[in-house]
Amino acid sequence: MAESITTPRPKGAPLIAGFTEEGEDLSPMNLATTNVSPLGGDAVKAHSHGGGDGVPDSSRAGRLASFEIEDFAPLTGREEDWRFTPLKRLKGLDRLELSQDGAPALRLEISEGDTELAVTLEEVAKDDPRVGFMAPEDRVAANAWAGVETVQLLTVPAAAAGEVIVLHAEGNSDVASAQHVAVVAESGANATVVLDHTGTAVLSQNVEIDVKDAADLTFVSLQRWEDSAAHASDQQARLGRDAHLKHTVVSFGGDLVRVTPSARFTAPGGEAEMFGLYFADAGQHLEHRLFVDHAAPKCTSNVLYKGALQGHDAHTVWIGDVLIRAEGEGTDSYEANKNLVLTDGARADSVPNLEIETGLIDGAGHSSTTGRFDDEHLFYLMARGIDEKTARRLVVRGFLNEIIQKIGVASIEDRLHEAIEAELAQTDN
Amino acid sequence: MSTLEIKDLKVGIETEQGFKQILKGVNLEIKTGETHAIMGPNGSGKSTLASTIAGHPRYIVNGGEVLLDGENVLEMSVDERARAGLFLAMQYPVEIPGVTMTNFLRTAKTALDGEAPKLRTWTKDVKEAFDKLRIDPDFAARNVNEGFSGGEKKRVEILQLELFKPKFALLDETDSGLDVDALKIVSEGVNRAQSENEMGTLLITHYTRILRYIKPDFVHVFVDGHVADQGGPELADRLEDEGYDRYLAKA
Repeated sequence: MAESITTPRPKGAPLIAGFTEEGEDLSPMNLATTNVSPLGGDAVKAHSHGGGDGVPDSSRAGRLASFEIEDFAPLTGREEDWRFTPLKRLKGLDRLELSQDGAPALRLEISEGDTELAVTLEEVAKDDPRVGFMAPEDRVAANAWAGVETVQLLTVPAAAAGEVIVLHAEGNSDVASAQHVAVVAESGANATVVLDHTGTAVLSQNVEIDVKDAADLTFVSLQRWEDSAAHASDQQARLGRDAHLKHTVVSFGGDLVRVTPSARFTAPGGEAEMFGLYFADAGQHLEHRLFVDHAAPKCTSNVLYKGALQGHDAHTVWIGDVLIRAEGEGTDSYEANKNLVLTDGARADSVPNLEIETGLIDGAGHSSTTGRFDDEHLFYLMARGIDEKTARRLVVRGFLNEIIQKIGVASIEDRLHEAIEAELAQTDN
Repeated sequence: MSTLEIKDLKVGIETEQGFKQILKGVNLEIKTGETHAIMGPNGSGKSTLASTIAGHPRYIVNGGEVLLDGENVLEMSVDERARAGLFLAMQYPVEIPGVTMTNFLRTAKTALDGEAPKLRTWTKDVKEAFDKLRIDPDFAARNVNEGFSGGEKKRVEILQLELFKPKFALLDETDSGLDVDALKIVSEGVNRAQSENEMGTLLITHYTRILRYIKPDFVHVFVDGHVADQGGPELADRLEDEGYDRYLAKA
């Protein structure tokens, strides 16, 4: 959160930084870097594994995945998956040697349900067979793997029946650090796991989520950081037969937050719901890139990310990659991103990508909208006697509330409602 | 008794090709307790009339006036018109994500009455209204119009009509897209509101079908932005037989 939502803009600068007549553009900070550095621009691009200048990879399936940081070239900002990210504001997460020192400690709490349930949070070695099943897909994630010596492993037992398990991650350091969290939901388990980030940190974090056969896991990642935090979080999930994952990301705080969730189906019958809510204030960069890999037949995915933006240089990025492989017969998939722009000077990038390698699917679709208030919504409410200000309040809260409603944990929903009220109070909405 | 007067009303919209005149001088007078059917072919301006009276920003008034008991409605904001006693049942009710029906109904009722309804009687009233219109009570917890079928949306419009008790209801093609059963249920709701609240009704429709259930006192035929003919209920019967052709030929 910034102190003020209106920041003076240098004379002649574009209203929306980085937004030229060509439309989408590289992060202006990256451009400046590559243009002045003798090692920038084309010289570096030749070593990039991530596509070229604005040219997408031919297929999402072809993206490099490796546990070795050396396999990923240093970032230039011209890579397809980094082109919107202001790299300097990663505060070294892509290039410094990281360690677990400075990463937020995790505290386990069962906040609802059977508090005696045998949920375990263990610190295990990296070569423990229960962890390290998802290889990092970018340099920052690989750097986190290189930087950690141990993995925090949360195991949700099969006996779980709707418990709400909170991992409190309160940071208090600005040292670039690494963390690796693994969440295993045993076969048949039914639980909600909340990873609640508060305080501040400069953190590259990998989260592995293993939803075993017939498990039903709701995973919520809350980014409620203070203003200074930089947080890259690669959250990769794999789903077993008939497994259900509801993955929800809520990003409100932090200077730079970049969450890259993915869901991979390994057996038929899986269902992935991936929801997100973000609220960017002046100067904040909130980026969400997700990937759903339909590599098994008869699986369902539903993606909905909603964001609000207010203030100069508030920037959000949403990329949604859905890949339906030839094996993914009978897939049903939909993804949508909706952005509500509350003031001038904010920028929302939104790119849905859908790759389909088989015609034998039940459905696949995507949509993306970015705009101001919907006048028809206001008209409908006002035509029922509700004054304009109250109607706007209802519409904005309703827009954001749609994701909160999906979390289904009252205590978290209340907390998020409060956070939204605090955000909206800044612009008198 | 209240009166809604429409005097020489002229309305248009901005299009890519410039300003387009739709209503070319409409005169109507409706008193509470009366039902007026406005009929006419597509594109004749029926829905424009309803939306203009409700204050939809798309419609630009360039002549005439609308008076509610002598007060100039056109100078009022959309919400002021509603609070003055006008209700538009929309042809295409919009979905409002994240706002539950319960929250919406209570907020609107509070705005219309100037005070929050008594919780116990309100809850009972809402439940009864749901029952009468045969709307699943679970809809109360759902978001406004979200995922409702076309027929369900129309029923929810009439539900609001019954709960909000306006002086005048503008029903904009409420019958379109309804099957016979839903048409009956919706019509009964309108008739209840009329008899209980002494409501005046402006019933806009393309078809005579709904007039079997809601009996009009007056029928007005709209053609090309003005009233081309008017009469009693017998005019509707004639339209049933002859259609709009003879008016269109003249126009």
